[in-house]
Amino acid sequence: MRRWLRDLLKELRYYPSALLGGSIILIMLVLSVLVPIWIPYPEAVRLWRGGEEVWYRLPRQVPPAWVNWFRREKLAGTLIFSTRDQPSLKRSQPAGEGRRIETEFVFDYPYDTFPQELVLYIWARFREKAPFLTATWKTPDGRSLRIMELRAEGMKQGFRFAQDRRLLQRLQGVPPEEALFSVPEATPPRVLKGTYRLRVEAVTFEPDSDVDVEFVAYGQVYGWAGTDRYRRDLGVALLWGFPVAMAFGLLGSVGTTLIAMWLAAVGVWFRGWVDELIQRLVEIFSIIPFLPVLILVGTLYSRSLVVILGVAIILSVFSITIKNYRAIFLQIRELPYIEAAQAYGAGSGRIILRYLLPRVLPLVIPNLVIGVPSFVFLEASLAVLGLGDPVLPTWGKVLDEAIFSGSLLQGSYYWVLEPALLLMVAGLSFSTVGFALDRVFNPRLREI
Amino acid sequence: MEPRTQAVSDLSTRPDGRTPLLQVRDLRVWFELRRWVFSRAGYVRAVDGISFDLYPGEVLAIVGESGSGKSTLIRTLLGLHRPIRGSVSYQGKDLRSFTPQEMRWYRNTQVGYVQQDPYGALPPFMSVRQILEEPMIIGGIRDRRQRLERIREVMEEVKLTPVEEFLFKFPHMLSGGQQQRVVIARAILMRPRLLIADEPVSMLDASIRVEVLKLLQALQQRYHLSVIYVTHDLATATYFADRIIVMYAGKVVEQAPMAELLAHAAHPYTVALLTALPDPDPENAHRLKEVPPGEPPNLIAPPPGCRFHPRCPRIIQGLCDREEPPDFEVGPGHRAACWLYRP
Amino acid sequence: MTPSKALLQISGLTLHFRTRAGIVRAVDGVDLEVGENEALVILGESGCGKSSLARAILRLLPRNVAAYHGSILLDGLDLMRLDDESFRREVRWKLISMVPQAAMNAFNPVLRVGEQVIEPALNQLGMSRPEAMERARTLFRLVGIPEAFLQRYAFELSGGMRQRAAIAMALITSPRLVLLDEPTSALDVLTQANIFNKLKQIKWELGVSFILITHDIAVSSELADRVAVMYAGQIVELSDAQRFFREPLHPYSRGLLASVPRLRHRGELAFIPGRPPGLIQLPPGCRFADRCPLRFEKCAQDPPAIHREGRMVRCWLYE
Repeated sequence: MRRWLRDLLKELRYYPSALLGGSIILIMLVLSVLVPIWIPYPEAVRLWRGGEEVWYRLPRQVPPAWVNWFRREKLAGTLIFSTRDQPSLKRSQPAGEGRRIETEFVFDYPYDTFPQELVLYIWARFREKAPFLTATWKTPDGRSLRIMELRAEGMKQGFRFAQDRRLLQRLQGVPPEEALFSVPEATPPRVLKGTYRLRVEAVTFEPDSDVDVEFVAYGQVYGWAGTDRYRRDLGVALLWGFPVAMAFGLLGSVGTTLIAMWLAAVGVWFRGWVDELIQRLVEIFSIIPFLPVLILVGTLYSRSLVVILGVAIILSVFSITIKNYRAIFLQIRELPYIEAAQAYGAGSGRIILRYLLPRVLPLVIPNLVIGVPSFVFLEASLAVLGLGDPVLPTWGKVLDEAIFSGSLLQGSYYWVLEPALLLMVAGLSFSTVGFALDRVFNPRLREI
Repeated sequence: MEPRTQAVSDLSTRPDGRTPLLQVRDLRVWFELRRWVFSRAGYVRAVDGISFDLYPGEVLAIVGESGSGKSTLIRTLLGLHRPIRGSVSYQGKDLRSFTPQEMRWYRNTQVGYVQQDPYGALPPFMSVRQILEEPMIIGGIRDRRQRLERIREVMEEVKLTPVEEFLFKFPHMLSGGQQQRVVIARAILMRPRLLIADEPVSMLDASIRVEVLKLLQALQQRYHLSVIYVTHDLATATYFADRIIVMYAGKVVEQAPMAELLAHAAHPYTVALLTALPDPDPENAHRLKEVPPGEPPNLIAPPPGCRFHPRCPRIIQGLCDREEPPDFEVGPGHRAACWLYRP
Repeated sequence: MTPSKALLQISGLTLHFRTRAGIVRAVDGVDLEVGENEALVILGESGCGKSSLARAILRLLPRNVAAYHGSILLDGLDLMRLDDESFRREVRWKLISMVPQAAMNAFNPVLRVGEQVIEPALNQLGMSRPEAMERARTLFRLVGIPEAFLQRYAFELSGGMRQRAAIAMALITSPRLVLLDEPTSALDVLTQANIFNKLKQIKWELGVSFILITHDIAVSSELADRVAVMYAGQIVELSDAQRFFREPLHPYSRGLLASVPRLRHRGELAFIPGRPPGLIQLPPGCRFADRCPLRFEKCAQDPPAIHREGRMVRCWLYE
């Protein structure tokens, strides 16, 4: 077996596209294992369906951060600072009956454009006496500006720079996103690059009051995959797309092929009514239209990925491929070594497993590999038709929402291109390997 | 080496020389021809009334042309076809009454089968070692070392040496003679009592044939095997066999001990076979052989009476074409189904 | 005994193939002669190159030919000098025809047997259909097939009948020489005997010459006037049939004859140990040396063709 694998790999060396495809498959498989560990399923669901609570910190429908590599004018990245995530940013000292809590956010701003929006989120915990907060803005060129004074309102509140009248007045009507970041007196407005500081001071009046602040500068880009219109990080969906696509594709393809192979062998071996039954089933199923049935199931019964996978496998198993396998088995059944095996006492099970099935492997293995992208695309197709799994984030789902939201009309090409590209790469990698395997196993194809 | 199951009805562990190992009585194996799903268009009467006994240690040659039914006979002896009438009994027990375990025991440990096509008889994707392990795995020998030991033993016996070199070869790497030796090794692996060889050398080159035949002979003598040697080449049969049965169109037309048959062949078909057999005699090129013309008959509708009568040079009109001849005694242990020998 | 009038004279015929594993020297400098109305048997086991020899004579070459030269004189005319077109028009299936191996399987299943049998006559001789059919009928009678079978399809004929039909097809253009490649290897003894009876009758009545290629020694004696033994691409012995079967010269021939089981003169069967060499990596010196019981030091050199009393043998023992 090992020797066989070694020989196989040696043969595949002649097909560079297959080597590339194979490496990509390996990467995808590794990712498929890592991603569910990295972002466990409950966490993924939370991130994807959690609602505003989870998504509020990200800008709406922005492309990924790396588009800046291709731009001379660097778009503003999204900056998020939170004492909830990094408590060390807070420094707290007792003051009077309560405490004085100071937080300073220090950051670099190297971009060429202004942020979309600036918001300071405040979480305050107190019983009766609300804490009092002030915020000061320091620019790289040393200017300092008081931007906020307010009394906390309990639980979560958001101080939107652009909506504070006092701040607007102080900035003489210029939107704070621009004013706080621009070179003074520059026309047209230009970004002042450098290190900025935002200092927030909170004074509490009760010993057990506490305050957490979060500063978000919503940029024009975010993350490695961008965001959708619900402010969700597309990266989560794209990453989780790997295990879903791989699982669906591999289970579908392997399941179908193995069952079909086995059915064909059993039919040929036992002949009689068993064979007839399988043949008739194949013929009936081959008339049933594949996608419409899946659409029916999805619409009327359940859109769960497991159910769809199950139905897809059943429909695929009874396809014409069984007849191909059967044709080969029919020939092999007549070979002398099968008769010899019967003569030394091999039972039907052993003959099917050990003598018939191995002969059909040269056909099966390439089919198996080439079948994977079919299933991957099937899932994506169903999702685009609106019948994707209701819970899981998959590439098809992302694509569906992208199209549904009219992203192309809005110029958010990344939203469509990213899942499409991943689907394409996944499909191509399996196809190249599959076709190379086909040529290795079936030498007569080499002449084509 | 313990077989996994023991036949419940193993009558004797050491049969004496007088009890036949195999008894075939009026065996008829017919195949149905179906035209439509339900209608029957008749039967192909491949084996149509054969009886013989095989004793332990005896070599029986079954000689017949293609279409004589010999392949069907072999498959029936292996339990792969069900007779429509008649019986095949091993050690006194009818094969049809064997349970599945007994049948497996019979095929795995009692009978060895050597086929005509040495390459076809070996699975091309298995190495020699794997091929030889199969009967033992089926026979329930779980200990790998034990299996390997036995494989080595057997390979030495069939002279596939050095053993290490051959263990890992695949069938396509072996010559025809070597392939056939693997087949023979596989057949004797479980120390069977009976060896069935179907044209074991006809696909081998002339000079290799002798080697393989001698090997079979040596094995038969060493292990006191009963052998059924099926062939259309009477010449090779004569080197090997104690008795000969001549088959034609599904029936036995003559049976006799070897020497007796060669000296006093009785049935006209046997005589024709003997005449037709070429000897390397240069005079052959200058004379015609006297052989009956024509072809073996259609087994769906065989000719009435004696099946050979359309080609027979000594036909008795009115008798041979009407009635099937029974077996007549022609000499010691020698019977022929021919009206010429009616008393 | 050289034939009184040589119909076919082959000298130095060589045919090598190029394969992935190397050059296959299938036919390596073969000299042969066939006289008028004479049957020459080429005796050899599998892998000796005999089928390639037949192809070399009829110029039925595959694409991967590495070498093809020598001279083939038919009635004095050197066939090797003809271009392919002339060869096809004038020689193949007109002067020399062939019954290939497994000819019984070479019939087109969708055409009637008669159609195929008369085809060479229509193409090569330009005969009209009625004429060709008449000739086919005569030939069918000669080979012993009822005329009605001309109208049947191949699958309706038995193996033996198909073989005979193939022989009729080879004879339909009245060739001077017919090549028969293993004409009866898949047939039963009785059918085989019948076919050889017919071949003998054809030879006696039509005066055709035959080259019969076979591995079956006993069968070879049925038709042979002369025997050529082929081993590893070379002819190692060439002799008249009488002397060949009674006392063969070459050790290989002796081994072959000793390995034939006989009914009439029973003796101990001998066999030749080892196997013939592959045609790609031929050993230096005599190609049979490693299996020869009589080898000695000189056998390390390739023996030349040694002529003795009208026989040829390629063996140092006869120097």
